[in-house]
Amino acid sequence: MIIPHAKPGTSISNKTGEWKAFRPIIDESKCIKCGICQRMCPEGIMGKKGEVPKIDYNYCKGCSICVNVCPVKAITMERVEKE
Amino acid sequence: MIKTREGSRVVADMAAQCKLDVVSCYPITPTSHVAEELNRHYSNGKFPEYITIEAEFSALSSLIGASATGARTFTTTGGQGLLYMHEPLGSASGMRLPIVMLVGNRAISSPLNIWNDEQDTVSQRDLGWIQIYCKNNQEAVDAIPQAFYIAEKMLIPVMVCMDGFLLTHAVEQVDIIDEKKVHAFLPEYNYPLKLDPKNPVSLGVYANPTHYQTFREDLVKDMEKSKEVILEAGEKWEKISGRSYGLINGYKLEDAERVLVSLGSIIDNINIVVDELREKGEKVGSLHIRSYRPFPDEEIKKALTGKKVGVLDKAISIGAQAPLYLDVFESLGKTNTEISSFYGGLGGRGIKLKHIKELFEKLKGNSVKEWIVSEPPTKDMHEVKK
Repeated sequence: MIIPHAKPGTSISNKTGEWKAFRPIIDESKCIKCGICQRMCPEGIMGKKGEVPKIDYNYCKGCSICVNVCPVKAITMERVEKE
Repeated sequence: MIKTREGSRVVADMAAQCKLDVVSCYPITPTSHVAEELNRHYSNGKFPEYITIEAEFSALSSLIGASATGARTFTTTGGQGLLYMHEPLGSASGMRLPIVMLVGNRAISSPLNIWNDEQDTVSQRDLGWIQIYCKNNQEAVDAIPQAFYIAEKMLIPVMVCMDGFLLTHAVEQVDIIDEKKVHAFLPEYNYPLKLDPKNPVSLGVYANPTHYQTFREDLVKDMEKSKEVILEAGEKWEKISGRSYGLINGYKLEDAERVLVSLGSIIDNINIVVDELREKGEKVGSLHIRSYRPFPDEEIKKALTGKKVGVLDKAISIGAQAPLYLDVFESLGKTNTEISSFYGGLGGRGIKLKHIKELFEKLKGNSVKEWIVSEPPTKDMHEVKK
């Protein structure tokens, strides 16, 4: 008998990054560290303000909002090859 | 104590004896009197909370919340109200919350109809609720404490189904078991994962593709296991009341050659015909399927193999064969039993003793699948030709 439930903090084990078909890639040479993509990312997984974004692909769903908001077009989407 | 009282009121009396914590109802024909009577018991201090709510969807949703805090919960509905509960029905069983609901079986719109058939509950059979069908008011009253027993032991919600009007509004003599004995029969409810701020958990959360099916497999397994608990509850109740309940109820089955199988109140009518035909020397019998979900396939196979079986459905599956017929057909699989399907009695159209006699007569011939065209309209209907 199992009662489906979750304890606080356990949703971190749901690796929602598995959902994506495309993933964002950052061209560090173009990045101006403006922080817009970090603010707009719905998952909040693009690293610290003031630094070149470091994406946690475990939770990135590939929505490509970061690509659309980047003022210097430093981010591109790349197809994820799955097994 | 023997009471002469309307079915829906006496069922509410029994529910109020089951140490309820929270009741949430949106009254609907034919179970408005259940809600009314529960409200009266609440006003008299029988249980601590009665939520007056705006719709059936919210009635069941509020009970999902209440049940998750460890409260014993009860509600009632029927027909369109049950269909409006469709989504939270699945949530309640998926969260394994032992809510008990009394359904007064009613036809489905459209056309609008408040009278009895079993299309409402039968259409909700796949959502993980145990469904107990009652053939008279005594069975319905006895089923309420048993439903709590079964639900809380298996952590699966239970629907107690009684035919609208035919039972809910019938005034009969009913033996209502004393409150103290009901309390002794029902163990204290103790939900193992109560919502509690000191030990927080979330219920009904997201499950990813790797987990989801595992929960479903577990629910299916436990639904199968609940057959034992239904029998156990029946045996324990028999010790108190002297009335025995199981998964199925056969009447003069053993040497019967022709048998009618059905759910609910029609069975008592069939039994009257069985007695009449037996006096004339015809070997006939009946089988009441009390537990429709879980479906007692093994028991049905044992009871019906080799007989001429007619399955009487007061529900249809539009675009396929009648639902109960299909389940019985599947149970009897490779036994070479001849099975007929009769469906009708929809929206309150009466199936009377003479019609049941005709069905037993039809069972003498080859198996058929057909409507029970009892009492059709006498005036022409306004057909629109396309």
